Amino acid sequence: MIKSIKSLIFVGLASLALVACSQSGGGAGSKKSKTLENTKKAGFVKCGVSQGLPGFSNADASGNWTGIDVDVCRAVAAAVLGDADKVKYTPLSAKERFTALTSGEIDVLARNTTWTLSRDADIGLTFVGVNFYDGQGFMVRKNSGINSVKDFKNGISACTNTGTTTELNMRDFFNSNNISYEPIAFEKADEVVQAYDAGRCDTYTTDKSGLAAQRTKMSNPDEHKVLPETISKEPLGPVVRQGDSVWEDIVRWSLNVMIEAEEYGVNSSNASSLKDSDNPQIKRLVGSEGELGAAFGLDNEWSLRIIEQVGNYGEIYKKHIADTGIMPNRGPNELWTKGGLLYVAPAR
Amino acid sequence: MNLKKFSIDFKNKKKLIPQVLTLAFIISVIAYFSYNAQVNMGNRGISFGYGFLSQESSFDITFSMIDYDGSYSYGRAFLVGLLNTLLVSVIGIVFCTILGVTIGIGRLSQNYLIAKTAEWYVEIFRNIPLLLQIFFWYYGALRLLPLPENAMNFNDISYLTIKGWYVPKFIWTNFSIFFSSVLISIIAIFFVRKYGKTQREQFGKHIPVGIISILILILLPSTTFLIGGVTLSFDYPELYKLTPTVYNFRGGVSIIPELISLALALSMYTATFVAENVRAGIQGVGKGQKEAAASIGLTRGQILKLVVMPQALRIIIPPTTNQYLNLTKNSSLAAAIAYPDIVLVFAGTALMQTGRAIEIISITMGTYLFLSLTISILMNSYNKKMAIKEK
Repeated sequence: MIKSIKSLIFVGLASLALVACSQSGGGAGSKKSKTLENTKKAGFVKCGVSQGLPGFSNADASGNWTGIDVDVCRAVAAAVLGDADKVKYTPLSAKERFTALTSGEIDVLARNTTWTLSRDADIGLTFVGVNFYDGQGFMVRKNSGINSVKDFKNGISACTNTGTTTELNMRDFFNSNNISYEPIAFEKADEVVQAYDAGRCDTYTTDKSGLAAQRTKMSNPDEHKVLPETISKEPLGPVVRQGDSVWEDIVRWSLNVMIEAEEYGVNSSNASSLKDSDNPQIKRLVGSEGELGAAFGLDNEWSLRIIEQVGNYGEIYKKHIADTGIMPNRGPNELWTKGGLLYVAPAR
Repeated sequence: MNLKKFSIDFKNKKKLIPQVLTLAFIISVIAYFSYNAQVNMGNRGISFGYGFLSQESSFDITFSMIDYDGSYSYGRAFLVGLLNTLLVSVIGIVFCTILGVTIGIGRLSQNYLIAKTAEWYVEIFRNIPLLLQIFFWYYGALRLLPLPENAMNFNDISYLTIKGWYVPKFIWTNFSIFFSSVLISIIAIFFVRKYGKTQREQFGKHIPVGIISILILILLPSTTFLIGGVTLSFDYPELYKLTPTVYNFRGGVSIIPELISLALALSMYTATFVAENVRAGIQGVGKGQKEAAASIGLTRGQILKLVVMPQALRIIIPPTTNQYLNLTKNSSLAAAIAYPDIVLVFAGTALMQTGRAIEIISITMGTYLFLSLTISILMNSYNKKMAIKEK
């Protein structure tokens, strides 16, 4: 009798354990993302941005951040938390950006970071897309008489930021053209601009979007010009930590959805009115068809919120980069249907 | 003897236990953090290892004392940064010592103007933070220098511009012969001084050792020019056109403004502390010593050199060792003005390019520790030599 009671108790406990396991494991469609849970608990997305680059991430006098990198984080906040303004911005220098991400201080790094092999594979990070196709260029004074990089001669001094792909590309360029040069590398972008402005160096090199943005900070912007040649590829995009594939997917598809929305003509003003559109892909983008949100553990209005609260890629580009005069010509940052490089996987 | 050792151990067993416990606690804290780092780095796919030091660095450095470009390894870049740190530290230590001793003695001068100037110098340069002083010299003073076409001209031999201080380059032939002649003359001076000391102590004869030393140092290396086949020519910096409107200098050696401003700021800041140490040392020598020396007819200069300074040095050296170590570590502020020292090159650029924060920071910390320990060992041995020999 005691033996059977013992076995009964044993079976009862075992089944309880099994049920408990399945409950915790199966809960929300078995999509475990520690970063997603922590973000929901904290109530804001932890976003790493630059220390002030007009057009990408820049804070105005009252502390409001704007820019296309800022909008990536706002899209993630709109998708995950329902409100695009629930973001905490951490300005980071080039030195701190990757360690801040790997250590968990931030969850998304949207800091005009170039996607390279060594950064993707070697330091525990994953790039989730490109939100700006750029290239490296040179800035010189208009009265220097230099009209092209072919006019560079031995002994030229070039200012740039230390620890960036710019420094490496600069070396490759001068070496392959057999020009001896003097590299002067500062940590902060402001110091580089000041050194070039004062005449310490003959040329200033960084991504062309950076050149255009920093020229506005110089004492006499009209005295400088950007040389026509582009000496490297700089695909700039958001980065997340390795190891949390659900969070990775959320950030990737938040960006993709913004680009695809422009492709289908969905923007922040007409998004909700297109819920009964004839085009099934538009219906999927605004969440009136399909169960795409469940793939990440989100509700179905996630993409609608992104488009309504942040906008599609065209709106973002126009507001931050074209209308501010930084780069009115979209160049490679145009949809593939219009001859540009923006071609993203379909959200379906 | 052995029994004695054992009985002492037994008596101190009570004192041993807390020591063992503290040691175990420290070891466990270090072990916990190492294990924690290891687990978390493994989780995030970050590898740990020093193998990256042999990888190609792919970045150039503005100023390097040895051959270096981007095709060399990260280990070589580390060496370049280390040599640059040593260069600015040595220059700083030499100049701050000369300046500090002068100002320290000057503050005790009978001349009101000299004493007050020294006092004002110390008060001003001691109380402004070092970083601000570096910024002043770099952004405030050297940034305002003229462009190469309007350079400050020193007799057409050297030029001072915003891009640097251009001085003639020394071109030697048979430099090794010249170098060995300098070494030989130093050894000769050493023997002359020893001879002069024994003569003075045993017979009271005063030999002009200083003048003889200087003569040897000048004459011996000069003879190598005549008979050793050593020649010296100069490569003067000259202006040329980089583009129709931009000028630059070619030839000669360029001393970058970053190095000049860092060395200036470090020397002037640390000199104030050395000056105060020197003043404390001199004032710490008993008044009776100075009065006794005056009473046997020594001049003020002789009192300072023969009686006061040897005793004052014992008081001056330990705190001055501190200041030398501070100067070496403060040279890491070079990162703020783009001087390629070890912090900017290794713990800055190399860290950003490879992402290996823990390895690089540990190497940098170890390097500074090694430098500081070397300086303190050297200064402590000098201090022991100066100490009163107890009979």
